[in-house]
Amino acid sequence: MKKFLIAAIAAFTYAISSGLALADDPLKIGFVYIGPVGDHGWTYQHNDGRLAVEEAFGDKVQTSFVEFVPEGQDAERVIRQLAADGNKLIFTTSFGYMNPTIKVAQSFPDTYFEHCSGYKRADNVATYLARFYEARYVNGRVAGHVTKTNTIGYIASFPIPEVVRGINAFALGLRSVNPDATIKVVWVSTWFDPGKEGDAAKALIDQGADIITQHTDSPAPLQVAEERGVWAIGQASDMAAFGPRAHLTSAINNWGPYYVERTRAVMDGTWKSGDVWGGYSADMIKSSEFNAESMSAEVIADAEATIAAIRSGELHPFAGPIQDQSGNEIIGAGATLSDGDLLGMNYYVMGVEGSLPQ
Amino acid sequence: MRIKLVPRQTHSRLMTWLTPVMALGLSLVAGTVVFYLLGYPPLQSLYAFFISPISDLYGVCELLVKASPLAMIAVGLSMGFRANVWNIGAEGQLTVGALAGSALVIYFPESNNILMLPAMLILGILGGMAWASIPAFLKTRFNTNEILTSLLLVYVAILLLSTLVHGPWRDPAGYNFPESVIFQDVATLPVIVSGTRLHLGTIFALLAIITGWILISRTLAGFQVRVSGLAPQAARYTGVRSNLMIWCVLLGAGGLAGLAGIIEVSGLIGQVQPIISPGYGFSAIIVAFLGRLHPVGILFASLVLALSYLGGEFVQIKLGLPLGIAGVFQGMLLFFLLSCDILIHYRIEIRKTSLSSSAGST
Repeated sequence: MKKFLIAAIAAFTYAISSGLALADDPLKIGFVYIGPVGDHGWTYQHNDGRLAVEEAFGDKVQTSFVEFVPEGQDAERVIRQLAADGNKLIFTTSFGYMNPTIKVAQSFPDTYFEHCSGYKRADNVATYLARFYEARYVNGRVAGHVTKTNTIGYIASFPIPEVVRGINAFALGLRSVNPDATIKVVWVSTWFDPGKEGDAAKALIDQGADIITQHTDSPAPLQVAEERGVWAIGQASDMAAFGPRAHLTSAINNWGPYYVERTRAVMDGTWKSGDVWGGYSADMIKSSEFNAESMSAEVIADAEATIAAIRSGELHPFAGPIQDQSGNEIIGAGATLSDGDLLGMNYYVMGVEGSLPQ
Repeated sequence: MRIKLVPRQTHSRLMTWLTPVMALGLSLVAGTVVFYLLGYPPLQSLYAFFISPISDLYGVCELLVKASPLAMIAVGLSMGFRANVWNIGAEGQLTVGALAGSALVIYFPESNNILMLPAMLILGILGGMAWASIPAFLKTRFNTNEILTSLLLVYVAILLLSTLVHGPWRDPAGYNFPESVIFQDVATLPVIVSGTRLHLGTIFALLAIITGWILISRTLAGFQVRVSGLAPQAARYTGVRSNLMIWCVLLGAGGLAGLAGIIEVSGLIGQVQPIISPGYGFSAIIVAFLGRLHPVGILFASLVLALSYLGGEFVQIKLGLPLGIAGVFQGMLLFFLLSCDILIHYRIEIRKTSLSSSAGST
């Protein structure tokens, strides 16, 4: 009996002390990454967002991350482990983590989950993504002004709506200023493979492209462009350093503001599930500095004006009239494609060469 | 005093089993040094790496879940390796097995037939076998090197998966994202410990190990496999049909890899997606050798390797260590194993040198 009493008191004091400690403990936030932190693309930028949270909240937060988590069965274990380890806010930053995130969220109702790029939500699972296509439209306009051969080389990863939408936005921007220009697409079936991406860039340049842009994460295409004396547009992070002459601009994924906002919401107890799809106006994407060496002042001014127009809502990249490859009208003048149309996009618009792999 | 390596008369059975343990011990010591040099608390790091992942029931089950496909594939591969048939393409056989089994769900997504799961498992085995039969045919008919053919077929299999999941197998309600419908209940392997992900597949892995053990140590077929690996000429004289042997070991390994593939999909992932295996087919080769090509050794090796993956995640979560640490551990383990292997055929002799000889040598 005495032993039991001691044990009970010990347990009680422990509970109290850990309860007290909990009040002072920093908010633990976990991140799951698909690539290595050093990919200089997708994951690099998510990690940049994590660092922004640390900078904003200092010792009030404690972040941790697991990198290179494959989208197979391992994802569920990693997410669960982060939750079990006391992380109250967990960002899962790749599409393939969608179902594991939903599954784990059911077992941890008091933990908040943020899944990047998916479409399934729950009371404690929110989704978010950036309107990358806005930046691609701007990049298309830049390319339309700069190109001499009227041929743009586009290195694409997988034919999912996200990537197809980017190609189309680029094409619409391109042809809004240069109706003769067309896009050649090479599908490399990878998000990150410097060797393959570089080879694709070479093949496109050999076919007459004088601007290379990409929907893959490595800076290899930019390096090839620099070597071969053509221009290039970077992706995800500011890739200027990899081709100081070739680099025109990069579309930058800017997750910091969103991550900081969601962290604050958890601290304030105001976190709610939802779907955020933010563009320039939400500061979720940015354009890197335009290369004044390789671009004229007028082109830069046009790009900046386009960004301002998109930000104010005056211009929507997918405003009609839009025609598909064979000239059929997708949407007429005066109308704009809805978010739902954009999310399921599986056709090329006019100006893109080749056929979309189905 | 001189330390000398002296060849043994026969290889040491004791050392065959002892060197993996020594390698593990040396990796731990070297790991401690690495943690220390990187500026992380060594003991705490080792604890997070090796103990934390399996400190509760869920963790132990996760370890088994992770080790199961490794063990299952490695048992199959080890038979081939013993017979000098080098199947490097288990990853491809796994993928095709997964696809063959999943095809049932894709084409009968509404079915509630309880025969669904057994049929899927059988199709998984057949799929893996079919993929392995290509190198088997090329080897026996044209004497093509199976290392190359089986390896290259991995890439073909992964492209096949990619084509299907980006195309006809997409979930119609999935916004064109590359993933199939989620498998219905009758197509899902039952969980055997509630609250965890430990599924029936682990039992199959265990059965594979036991069957492999009986086969290799208690049957004529197992003996023939061993002989044709050790002494191909002698095997031929005693009537072992080498072509039949090649077919058997390749089909066996392919079938097990295919089964592992469909189990991975139906027991854990629950849908077809662009990535099914994080390289189990290749890791299983390491497991097979770490386990001395013996089913019991493979059992332990698969657990050790699985733990190193889990540990790699834990040190990232708990201590913020870089992911590379898991790779460093796996590398050290293999390095020490290979270096310790010298003790199987050699023994260390420490001689007290006599005065005269030391005078002569200096």
